[in-house]
Amino acid sequence: MGHCHSIGMHIEVPENGKKIVLVGNPNAGKSVFFNYLTGMYVDVSNYPGTTLEISHGRLGEDVVVDTPGVYGISSFNDEERVARDVILAADVVINVVNAVQLERDLFLTQQVIDTGVPVVVALNMVDEAEKQGMEIDVDLLTDLLGVPVIPTVAIKKNGLDKVRNSVSDARPGLVEAKLQKQLDVMLNRVGNQGEALLILEGDPAVSERHAVEPGELREEIYRQRRERVNDIVQHIIKEINTKTNLATSLGQMMVRPATGIPILAIALYLMYKVIGVFIAGTVVGVTEETIMLGKYEPAVRGFVGQFMAEESALGTILIGEFGVLTMTVTYVLGLLMPLVAGFYFFLSLFEDSGYLPRIATLVDRVLSSIGLNGRAIIPMILGFGCVTMATIVTRMLGSERERRITIFLLGLTIPCSAQLGVILGLLAPLGGQYVLLYITAVFSVLVVVGTLMHTTLSGKSTDLLIDLPPLRLPRVDNVVKKTATKSYQFLKEAFPLFAFGAFLISTFQVTGILKALQNLLAPLTVGWLQLPAEASTAFVMGIVRRDFGAAGLADLSMGAMATVVALITITLFVPCIAAIMVLFKERSKKEAALMWTGSLTIAFLVGGLVAKLATAFGGNQPLPVIAVVLASSLSIIFGCRIINRNKAIKNSSVVAVGK
Amino acid sequence: MTLDTVKRGQACRIVSIPDSGIRAQAIRFGIAEGEMVTCDEVIPAGPIVLRKKHQQIALGRKLAASIVVE
Repeated sequence: MGHCHSIGMHIEVPENGKKIVLVGNPNAGKSVFFNYLTGMYVDVSNYPGTTLEISHGRLGEDVVVDTPGVYGISSFNDEERVARDVILAADVVINVVNAVQLERDLFLTQQVIDTGVPVVVALNMVDEAEKQGMEIDVDLLTDLLGVPVIPTVAIKKNGLDKVRNSVSDARPGLVEAKLQKQLDVMLNRVGNQGEALLILEGDPAVSERHAVEPGELREEIYRQRRERVNDIVQHIIKEINTKTNLATSLGQMMVRPATGIPILAIALYLMYKVIGVFIAGTVVGVTEETIMLGKYEPAVRGFVGQFMAEESALGTILIGEFGVLTMTVTYVLGLLMPLVAGFYFFLSLFEDSGYLPRIATLVDRVLSSIGLNGRAIIPMILGFGCVTMATIVTRMLGSERERRITIFLLGLTIPCSAQLGVILGLLAPLGGQYVLLYITAVFSVLVVVGTLMHTTLSGKSTDLLIDLPPLRLPRVDNVVKKTATKSYQFLKEAFPLFAFGAFLISTFQVTGILKALQNLLAPLTVGWLQLPAEASTAFVMGIVRRDFGAAGLADLSMGAMATVVALITITLFVPCIAAIMVLFKERSKKEAALMWTGSLTIAFLVGGLVAKLATAFGGNQPLPVIAVVLASSLSIIFGCRIINRNKAIKNSSVVAVGK
Repeated sequence: MTLDTVKRGQACRIVSIPDSGIRAQAIRFGIAEGEMVTCDEVIPAGPIVLRKKHQQIALGRKLAASIVVE
């Protein structure tokens, strides 16, 4: 096909075939169309420079390409950039719109039409719109857009065949006369209406490709498009009744703190039951113990053992205690994979049902006090699954400042699922007061460090601006597919990190550095934390695998207070080697090193202070220790609040003077 | 007045959104300058939830404080 700018990804299209691109807002139901059109044989490939996976498959001679769900095409985030480039290279666009949210969805439709590409619109979820009392004039919508519009109910497979048969009827839609004139001028310079549109809208990347100054008409074009869409919607929709239904009131309850917090608590409790009890216990019991440790490891040891002794340097690195072929594979496939899949399953469930943006809205207030917005709850929740993964997911946050804060807090305060199981096992027998002390100390560190970073870091965090789609029952196939894709991505990204980590640790073991590190830490563990000298071994093992560290503590006979001090320290102590690798991959070397030493210092500082406080109160009184921890945390937080307020006042007075 | 002072159930017209990036995204959601919106929910000290027909959007408190409405 004649598209010269094959930017990013190359997709093979047969000579007479067309490139059909599926476009839609998030959760419009595109995936059902994609599966229907392409059948079983689908290629999934990474879009260069992003973490996004793009699926494409064949439909006869043609190729169907999926795009990430977006509200518009420009350069606001990776999803948009990818959708933009795939659409600009399209021969035909099938635009899936949600009939219930036409005001929002038709904005993208009109933008795609303005690129001049032939379009066919699938008006999806018409049954839902009808249920909500809307009557939509499809013929009029066809006339106003200038492209075929086909009503569908994708999940019931209604209308899908008509959409497939209408691909050949797709045509360029109606473009506002004024915009068309502006487009024609730019078209003469760049030779493609879609690229001309994006240049006029000031898209930096497309402008650069053509070495043209980005246009300054975005505001004007967006505004006109919005007016046009509002006008269309007004003409085609007749509202018969607008009674509030169950989904609407439930959605409201989810964001109101009085009802939303209990709902969130129930959701998290269910998550704990499924992931913490069923997956971590039953599933991992099979995958880690039976399969990996019982079958896989002896097999790989036997095989590699034919070529070298297990005790040799190379043998230790490959198949030793922390071997690349033994521990890494067991850890990632046997332990982490089921847990991470569990977390992604819930996250997909929350996302598909429309609950996730409501959680973000509910927690926005809390997170904004540590310089984040509600969306940061996603990496935070994922961190309990795997900090390495969560660190990668922070790419979705709106600013570098938010990423910095989130990544540091993740490494410092969030115990990952592997570690959490062992920690709970050690804490539970100690009784409620000690559990409370542990939670108070770790949570206080999260809030205090977050507040301090928010107060001292320069730059600006982004504010919450999020779409709350109508609640709906999650679709199983969608959730399963998302879980599978994300878990696979995790494997692909994390495996090399874990392998390299294991390689480093084994090298340390062979060269004796591991032992030296343990000896180096011992005086600190004994003198400052008042723990047995062997605890330092557990701390260093915590770098190898976080659960090793916590499990190492179980072998030491310590009093209740000493156990809590050790657990607090090991939670805050540097994350596992893979998380450290990802830290260095995602941040600059200097920043990563700073974060690494920072969490080390804070872990020992807090652990030691709790130990000293405990001694001062007699050594077996958790409650006064909790009181002091809370009081000192609160005083730091309020101090920061006052500083922040003064800063805000100063800033606003500067603005006032400036005006 | 600004959007953060709006009460639940109150209708208002968006007068100005100062940040151009936010303005572009708000236009996509249908909440452009000049539009009439209803406040569905005010989370105490937290985000404001706006509705325009079937479209619901949550805006952080600080962002809401920068948006002028009438």
